[in-house]
Amino acid sequence: MVSMILAAEEGAVTNPFLPADYDIIWSAVVFVVIAAFFGFYAIPKFRKILDDRAAVIEGGIAKAENAQAEAAAQLEKYNQLLAEGRAEAAEIREKSRAEGAAILAELKEQAQAESARILANAQTQIEAERQAALVSLRAEVGTLAIDLASRVVGETLTDDKKAAGLVDRFLADLETSESAKA
Amino acid sequence: MPRSQERALHADTVTLAAGEGGEFHAPGIGEFLGLPELFFAGTPFAIDRIVMVRIIAIALMLLLFWLGLRRARRVPGRGQSIAELALDFVNVQIADQVLGEKHGKRFLPLLAAIFFGVFAMNITGIIPGANIAGTALIGMPLLLGLVAYVVFIYAGIKEHGAGGFFRGQLFPSGVPWPIYIILTPVEFINIFIVRPLSLALRLLLNMMVGHLLLVLCFSATHFFLFSADGFFKLFSIGTLAGGFIFTLFEMLVAVLQAYIFTLLTAVYIQQSVSHEH
Repeated sequence: MVSMILAAEEGAVTNPFLPADYDIIWSAVVFVVIAAFFGFYAIPKFRKILDDRAAVIEGGIAKAENAQAEAAAQLEKYNQLLAEGRAEAAEIREKSRAEGAAILAELKEQAQAESARILANAQTQIEAERQAALVSLRAEVGTLAIDLASRVVGETLTDDKKAAGLVDRFLADLETSESAKA
Repeated sequence: MPRSQERALHADTVTLAAGEGGEFHAPGIGEFLGLPELFFAGTPFAIDRIVMVRIIAIALMLLLFWLGLRRARRVPGRGQSIAELALDFVNVQIADQVLGEKHGKRFLPLLAAIFFGVFAMNITGIIPGANIAGTALIGMPLLLGLVAYVVFIYAGIKEHGAGGFFRGQLFPSGVPWPIYIILTPVEFINIFIVRPLSLALRLLLNMMVGHLLLVLCFSATHFFLFSADGFFKLFSIGTLAGGFIFTLFEMLVAVLQAYIFTLLTAVYIQQSVSHEH
């Protein structure tokens, strides 16, 4: 510091901490230019481009969000349709299964009825045939027995009433003797 | 430009010549003051080497910014990216961080002007051909200090009114009244005298000392290499290495001083507008 001041005294130099007029004037000119440049050009432009970029990015984000929402809605719809389809398919399957079961039951019933009918028919027929056989047998056995008896007693049992009574009695005797034997 | 550079170099060789006679003279205040006036000599508009360097540095800085922002696009090119990066640094690191969004927006142009102006005029200290910082002469730092001073007072008065501002600054609340007897003069000296002067002097002295260190290293290298005998020539290696390191250091200082100046300006504005005072 002291040497500086001494040096200042030696030549045409002055105190380094006191500005010369030209120094301060040019400083002011330079600073005004810088301040004007940044104030009116650089910073406004900087802000404009930042805002523009922010707007674009925000727009892009909004667009992406829209697209995503749309995709989500589509997916939801698709899922719903799928679920509906599945439900419908299940319903149809259930229904057809029930129908199938009903048809089967009906067929079974019909078959049973048919078999019962056939069985009944057969029994009736058998019964009829037995009755017929019994009747014919009775008639034949009666005739045979009377023939036999006529020959034995020598008497013709022409009177049907008598003959029938005789046969019946004979048969009844036969039956009782058989049951007694048994 | 070539003529002025020639003259600028001439001015350097004048100081270097002092060391060439076999005797070594350390560089002094003559590096900064009493330089030959190149244009408009003898008028208040005289331009010497340092003023010349200022004007060229600022012109180049503004040109670079203009080129970078000329066709500003949504998707930035290389130049635009760099310009935006630089502006964003001041915007985010200084304006928004210190002043907050509202005031930061208001004072960003001023802070950007101070930051890039100071940086451009600092960095010339290591640019060959310029070889001196434009801020190494008191005028520029003093003017910038005054700008900061006017702006923080203006901001405070605008925010709180003249009475509110001075009362807030000189009579901080939450202090028992007798303390004001000591506190108020101290605050007055601190805020209204020390602040602008410390801004100006910090920048000026950093740049002056940086320049002197570089000149010392390089003129010593010159002296050892050409004027010293035999063994002593080897010293030039050490001094050159010193000059190299100080050049790198000056790069850092150029950015750092620009940052500090701008940051402190922002801090002073913030203290003026804040509600705590």
